[in-house]
Amino acid sequence: MKRRLGIAICLVLVPNLLAAERTLDPTFESEGSISPRGKIDRTVFARLRQERIAPARLCTDAVFLRRVYVDVIGTLPTAEEAQRFLTDANPNKRRDLIDALLARDEFAEYWALKWCDLLRVKAEFPVNLWPNAVQAYHRWLKTSLQANLRYDQFVRAILCSSGSNFRDPQVNFYRSAQTKQPEALARAVALTFMGTRAEKWPPEKLAEMSVFFSYLGYKKTAEWKEEIVYFDMQKYLAEGPQTAVLPDGTTVTLRPDQDPREVFADWLISPRNPYFAKCIVNRVWSWLLGRGIIHEPDDIRPDNPPVNPKLLELLEQELFAARYDLKALFRLILNSKVYQLSSIPQSDNPDAGRYFAYYPLRRLDAEVLVDALCQITGTTEEYSSAIPEPFTFIPPHQRSIALADGSITSTFLEMFGRPPRDTGLESERSTRPSAAQRLHLLNSSHIQRKIQESERLRELVRGSASPQETATRIYLTILARLPTQRELQVFERYSKSDIVQGQEALIDLVWALINSVEFLYRH
Amino acid sequence: MNAKPQHTDGRLRSYRGGDSLLGMLGIPITRRSLLQGSLLGATGFWLTDPLGARADAEPPAAKAKAVIHIWLWGGPSHIDTFDPKPDLGNDYCGPLRATTATSTAGVALGELLPLLAKQFDKYTIIRSSTHGQNGHETAAYMVQTGNQTGGKLVYPHVGAVVSKFTGYEAGYKGLIPPYIVLTQPQGRFSESGFLGPRYKPFATGGDPNAKRFLVEGVVAPGISDERQRGRRELLTRLNSLALASQGSEQMEAVAKAEQEAYDLILGDAGKVFDLAQEDDALRARYGRNTLGQSCLMARRLVEKGVRFVTINSGGWDTHKEHFEAMRTMLPQLDKGVSTLLEDLADRGLLESTIVWCSGEFGRTPQVQWEAPWNGGRNHFGAVFSTLVAGGGFRGGAVVGASDSRASEVVDRPVYPWDMIGSMYELLGIDPEGEIAHPQGMDVALLPKASDGVEVGGRLKEIM
Repeated sequence: MKRRLGIAICLVLVPNLLAAERTLDPTFESEGSISPRGKIDRTVFARLRQERIAPARLCTDAVFLRRVYVDVIGTLPTAEEAQRFLTDANPNKRRDLIDALLARDEFAEYWALKWCDLLRVKAEFPVNLWPNAVQAYHRWLKTSLQANLRYDQFVRAILCSSGSNFRDPQVNFYRSAQTKQPEALARAVALTFMGTRAEKWPPEKLAEMSVFFSYLGYKKTAEWKEEIVYFDMQKYLAEGPQTAVLPDGTTVTLRPDQDPREVFADWLISPRNPYFAKCIVNRVWSWLLGRGIIHEPDDIRPDNPPVNPKLLELLEQELFAARYDLKALFRLILNSKVYQLSSIPQSDNPDAGRYFAYYPLRRLDAEVLVDALCQITGTTEEYSSAIPEPFTFIPPHQRSIALADGSITSTFLEMFGRPPRDTGLESERSTRPSAAQRLHLLNSSHIQRKIQESERLRELVRGSASPQETATRIYLTILARLPTQRELQVFERYSKSDIVQGQEALIDLVWALINSVEFLYRH
Repeated sequence: MNAKPQHTDGRLRSYRGGDSLLGMLGIPITRRSLLQGSLLGATGFWLTDPLGARADAEPPAAKAKAVIHIWLWGGPSHIDTFDPKPDLGNDYCGPLRATTATSTAGVALGELLPLLAKQFDKYTIIRSSTHGQNGHETAAYMVQTGNQTGGKLVYPHVGAVVSKFTGYEAGYKGLIPPYIVLTQPQGRFSESGFLGPRYKPFATGGDPNAKRFLVEGVVAPGISDERQRGRRELLTRLNSLALASQGSEQMEAVAKAEQEAYDLILGDAGKVFDLAQEDDALRARYGRNTLGQSCLMARRLVEKGVRFVTINSGGWDTHKEHFEAMRTMLPQLDKGVSTLLEDLADRGLLESTIVWCSGEFGRTPQVQWEAPWNGGRNHFGAVFSTLVAGGGFRGGAVVGASDSRASEVVDRPVYPWDMIGSMYELLGIDPEGEIAHPQGMDVALLPKASDGVEVGGRLKEIM
């Protein structure tokens, strides 16, 4: 009976797997082996086997190049960078590229943007940090990322900070929660660094955690909008408790000469902490693979289990081994074959995505998208702030991923889902497509101007010997790959039709590629 | 933080028993106790609507479905338009000393509004609009949000509130967004306020009076329909990753968004912006200028179910050469608005469409003849005029009055919250209700006497 059932299952599964065996598309998929390269691959592929889900094929070099640029530095590769990588015969070129990107300035710029979302960095309502505090806070985050400050020390520096919002910028953490009440601060800490939503806790647990944040003082100085955040020792001596209860239920003794936030922070960042490492490795995984092992990545709770507990555990161990070096964690994930799978699934199983059987398509972040459009066309965007402060001047060449302040208004960024930075939730950033976005990209004067007035594209046309060469260079510039024969033929036919005259065909080629899924999505 | 909106279904939650202490203590509120309470809080102004808190907490039934908001940015003179004082002579009236009689005895308009005078049965003039602010930003914010500036909250424009309560979250299905601005957004304040970018109006750009109305995103200058079609086909053929990923849920969402976009660009949905479909004679009656054709455009949008259209008409900040400007601009306003009212009425749309026309304030009734103004008028927030029609507002009436020099309100003040509260009521939105702030709190839509603002009461006399 048992054996027959086994056969029956095989019979059901085999056609399923066969159906999924699609012909290889050499533009996006490579024939490279997907045999595991390291522990991540072994763990993910084992889980996939268990679920009888076939993983996608490996992606091509061109797909990898573009993917890793966008994911790691929020920036498109230039045509030259693309050409160099694609013609490089070095078998370790993917590994080398990962190392090179992790060392680039844009790495810190792009990840400071991400942290500013989570930390609600915004000059105006409702966070009201004020422009110079925003600039200082952003600079601190960027510098910490540039220096690759150990993650545990990064968090401790934020949680235990005291001083001026302009001169000790991490204190702005305590100025950007919904209110300055201890419970609101505790909720912000739980969400940001423990990945849990305290409103789903029993109320006593949050009340207990709030004790650690109950002895903060805030005072003004003679400088306009400066604010000092400090440990109010007098208040603590007058009314502070002798003991407090941590979120894991442990009771700790408090010493009158120690800021209770330090006690909390030391508990939080200890390797035994049940939340801390889990939260950050799960976040990093979701940033690179589009989905958390626990999903949403900021909603960790007992009834939201990880889809692959071994993978989560493995990443935690790797983080400890790397002494909280987040770049090492990035490097490990980026070098895995799981990360380097194609975005074209080989399985129709609706759960394939949850188990990481392919790289998920995601629309580019609003800032990354507008930067990419600027890079291709050699144009700039103008940004300004409603607050007339010297710190709010934004030079025209400024990248959008480097904007510090969430209060800078921009129709484009808002339309394409930039988060308002009101809650610190990952889901605030939206990459959902809408008709308004499509209208804008297909037909707005903003995009049309960028293409038609682009000096860079004009130079590209002038510097090419033939329309074919121009088309090839346009492909390298926009999609970071060479066109296929079929694509060149389609374009040639179009340029010889009555629809377009002269340069219009090239303009329309640029327009079409900008509007393609390949350009608009991480893939 | 991480608080979700408590109710995202776009419906109002009403006060039960208001926020009065008696209500909170469970003591029944009698009409009399309420009146006393209100009088104390309302600094002596007579309340037209003593029942500030209704016993019935259900949202009012909607009479109006849409609003056409004709925004005269800069502040038009009240004395030259809807509140003429011809006896004051040159010092006040300059060369515009004649008036035009309306069908109602004793009610006259300025001499440059003869067509509107003939349509007086369709609208009401409020001659006692007031807020006392003389700065453009503050006044424009108050008149269009119905709230005061200052607090921590940045309130949304009435159009954003209307699109929240009657737009996509309330079952609106149109491809054309429910809240539209012809043709440029306000610029000086964000219409969406704390509601966030989803509630921003769609600003068309372009000029409805141009040979082709180049609506941003819908009509691209210099690209023929043939080339649009050619491009679309080129994109389909070159969209290699989309071809390789066909059938996925995500590609379906992309395809749907693209289909909707092309319905506007090449399909029927975008035809609403094609004014060439209108009869030339009617277009001429509206006036072949941007304001006139915007009025016509607004009618076409409302016909398609759009909820709120703002016609953002600039140029009313006439510090200098005021009378020359009025001789050009008022005839355009006269043609555009009078034809709009007539056209809406002819099509049976006036009953369900509020037409609301004003600027952020009026202008100094006394002409500044001295240099450097040489015949100009300055900002004036103490009293100004507002035209309202349709959607449950009665026509042929005058609300309130200014004094003999058009310098202050002498009867029945109408504050921005009174005006907007009246519109909300007609639109089925509880003016005393709350709106969900994205951070989880609930915010009162409009201020009340108990908040320390002066209140004139909603416009019951014409509703």
